[in-house]
Amino acid sequence: MNQAIRSAWVVAIGMFALVLGSLTYVQFFQAQELNANPWNSRQLFQDFGRQRGAILVDGRAIAESVPSQDQFNYQRVYNEPELYAHLTGYYSLSLGSTQLEDRESDILSGTSSSLFYDRVVGLFSGVDSQGASVELTIDPEIQQLASDLIPDDQRGSIVVMEPSTGNILAMVSKPTYDPNLLSGHDTGVIEENVAALSEQPGLSIYSNPATESLVAPGSVFKLIDAAAALESGKYDADSVIPNPPALEFPGIEYSLPNYVTGGCISRTEADLEFALEQSCNTPFAQIALDLGEEAIQEQAAKFGFGEELSIPTRVIASSFPSDLTDPELAQSAVGQFDTRVTPLQMAMVTSAIANDGQQMKPQLVKSIRAADLQLIESPQPEVLRESVSPETANQLTDWMVNVVDNGTATGAQVPGVEVAGKTGTAEVSETGDNAWFTGFAPADDPQVAISIVMENVDIPTGQQLTSPSAKRLIEAVLNR
Amino acid sequence: MSDVLTVPRSRRNIEFVLLLLALAVAISANYLAGVGREEPFADHFWFQAITLGGMGLLIHIILRFRAKYADPVILPIVVALNGIGLAMIHRLDLSAILINPDYPPVAPQQVTWTAVAVGAAAVLLIVLRDHRILLRFTYISLIVSAILLLLPLTPLGLEINGARIWISVGIGTFQPGEIAKITLAIFFAGYLSTNRDLILLAGKKIGPLQLPRFRDLAPMAAAWLVSIGVLIFQRDLGSSILFFGLFMVMIYVATSRVSWVLIGLAMIGVGVFVALELFSHVALRFDSWINAFAPEVYNRAPGGSAQVVQGLFGLANGGLVGTGLGEGRPDLVTYANSDMIIAALGEELGLIGVVAIVMLYVILVSRGIRAALGTKDGFGKLLACGLSFTIALQCFVVIGGITRLIPLTGLTTPFMSAGGSSLLANWLIVALILLISETARRPAPTAPMKDSFPEALGMNGKPVKKRTAKEATR
Repeated sequence: MNQAIRSAWVVAIGMFALVLGSLTYVQFFQAQELNANPWNSRQLFQDFGRQRGAILVDGRAIAESVPSQDQFNYQRVYNEPELYAHLTGYYSLSLGSTQLEDRESDILSGTSSSLFYDRVVGLFSGVDSQGASVELTIDPEIQQLASDLIPDDQRGSIVVMEPSTGNILAMVSKPTYDPNLLSGHDTGVIEENVAALSEQPGLSIYSNPATESLVAPGSVFKLIDAAAALESGKYDADSVIPNPPALEFPGIEYSLPNYVTGGCISRTEADLEFALEQSCNTPFAQIALDLGEEAIQEQAAKFGFGEELSIPTRVIASSFPSDLTDPELAQSAVGQFDTRVTPLQMAMVTSAIANDGQQMKPQLVKSIRAADLQLIESPQPEVLRESVSPETANQLTDWMVNVVDNGTATGAQVPGVEVAGKTGTAEVSETGDNAWFTGFAPADDPQVAISIVMENVDIPTGQQLTSPSAKRLIEAVLNR
Repeated sequence: MSDVLTVPRSRRNIEFVLLLLALAVAISANYLAGVGREEPFADHFWFQAITLGGMGLLIHIILRFRAKYADPVILPIVVALNGIGLAMIHRLDLSAILINPDYPPVAPQQVTWTAVAVGAAAVLLIVLRDHRILLRFTYISLIVSAILLLLPLTPLGLEINGARIWISVGIGTFQPGEIAKITLAIFFAGYLSTNRDLILLAGKKIGPLQLPRFRDLAPMAAAWLVSIGVLIFQRDLGSSILFFGLFMVMIYVATSRVSWVLIGLAMIGVGVFVALELFSHVALRFDSWINAFAPEVYNRAPGGSAQVVQGLFGLANGGLVGTGLGEGRPDLVTYANSDMIIAALGEELGLIGVVAIVMLYVILVSRGIRAALGTKDGFGKLLACGLSFTIALQCFVVIGGITRLIPLTGLTTPFMSAGGSSLLANWLIVALILLISETARRPAPTAPMKDSFPEALGMNGKPVKKRTAKEATR
């Protein structure tokens, strides 16, 4: 019997060996993959149990973790929640996290590899490692002003940038929400709040409209047409382009008209300066037809169209359509049809013109500091590309100054300061249009570039909410 | 029969030292579990420390008087396992209470059950004194087993999560199958040790395989029927595997014939095939094992793989060194304190900790097997080997299920999972193994020095006739 007992023992040891092997496989070899599994909520729970770094604006925390008396040790709290909601996003147990809370999560939670040294120290000193904090480029006063300039029930976005550095001074969208409603530890309450927020028309809690909503640019796209025209060498300040009241296309019952009540009808021919000043459609449509779809597309790409960005939050790619028929190309060239941009993209276009054709990468993060305030990272201004030559940029600037002085953007005039700008109106529905303003100031030494879009408004309201708002923002930035 | 010689030494002092070590581990684990969440020296800490320490020392003292030569390693290991289990159950209570203040804690119940289980083991040690007495109860054990197994099917029975293996006993629920494990082991050890020669010698020999006669197959068939019956009527795959493994190893050890193992495996194959074809819950288990990470399987209710996948996440979160007691989130796994306690331990103690725990089981099982090798009576050999192997098999099924080595079956981890019946049964098993190890290691009462007596001694100290060559080769 003993030999059989020994065999039974060998079998038992064999079973234990198998079990030890499978434990080792799961806990050692497979661990990384399992920890990264999207169903694995442990990372989130772990993060919730740790003091997460703050998101700071001008030294003040707009998002921070405060101790809580529940199963998690900390509660994420948003100060001035509605003002910064679209930037911070939320850090939610049941919804996950968005925007900076998501994109800077490694830094905020302290798991980033750049914080490795801190973690090692924490391991031996027994102090729980704290996340690093993220300081934003936002100017709180400009941010507040921008927010005040959008009525609460209006869907719209404002982006204020520094053209020479790409630093974003303000980025606001409305309607907004309170991320505190989504960051509690009671998943039932979160569910109710989500349901309530989803009732609110035009509100997006999952994305930042300034960087993630694509809207028709309308006439502000003409800046790109003008740039393409100049860059092609076929056009210059003296070029004269036919300016018929409407552009007819043979064989189909469609015509592209100029704006009926505008100044365009006063001339049947126009140079580019006048066409921009009065925002005439037909000259730009003809330029596009002349240069061809590819030339416009290339110029758009040089301004950053078609490229996603991480600033570090996600900026989705703006697009100019392709494979167009002539009427479609004509429409696209005046910012209609399938041309779609983010509000930030237009700020980037304007900034590039302001910055002598050099397009800077937009930056939202000024610095990252460890819990002991040691500076870990401070993003430096970064040139993305040369969008246009300095000559083209200067020419466009002159024309844009003329738009503010004599044209459609007179509302943006600031006494004593040369302001460059361009307005736009994109027809999107029966009920309303997208009203745009994009511009910068001072024209000879640009300190600020602004892009404003108000969605789905009637034209008079749109005009009230764009150019005059730009004026106030320019004044605020120049006077700070 | 035995070819293992042990120098007869009591080793009770070593047991005492090891026991203190085990208590230190278990009690400090419970302290750590309480740190940060409540006063670490709250009532529960003392409740656990005093019960575990007191009951451990009680058994130790009983062994000093009643089974002086019993294996000194078994008791400390079991106390350590039981104590670590208590600490983890306590720790999981604290998490659950944090979420729901009205959550009824499980740990105090488990401490009470520990006291009851160790008390029962103590009574068994005192009353039984010698395991061979149980040989007389061979057929009574069979009847008792049958009653125990049938109880859940009577109106007393309760169905929980689709398995009908519990009975309601006033104050709570009880799983009679756990005790049936022991009585069935006694029956089989008794039957096989008595009828061993018949089963061995009768029957045809085909090639290298000695096939048993049909009538000698009867206990095998009975075992198979019991296992399949448990699977069909009680829907308990885990116990079914356990019973069958128990019978297989005992028949194999009794006969030393591989043919039995092959027949058994073939029967298991048939059983598994039939079960897969006939019972949706078995097929679902199988599917959620193979396709655990498919979204439709993960979210399926019932029979989804969420539990096993969450367990894997826990183990992965623990990694090599673990999150530390109280620092992980083992409470995210359903049944973390019973079926999935190894996942909880793996998360917080890490691979290193859980390997240490598995090694405790390895030593425990090996010590049981050692007792089987050492004892001179066939009944004791079969019983010790069968019970020890059951512990190994149970660990394999549980941990293999949690790590997705095999399909997950609802089984307790011996001594650690929350559950009174399991604790009671396993402590009774420990008492039996301790008694068998005592007979294995005890010097013969009247034995003079070995060298002065040329002939071997029988159980009662009388010289036995030396076997003839013919007999020895039988």
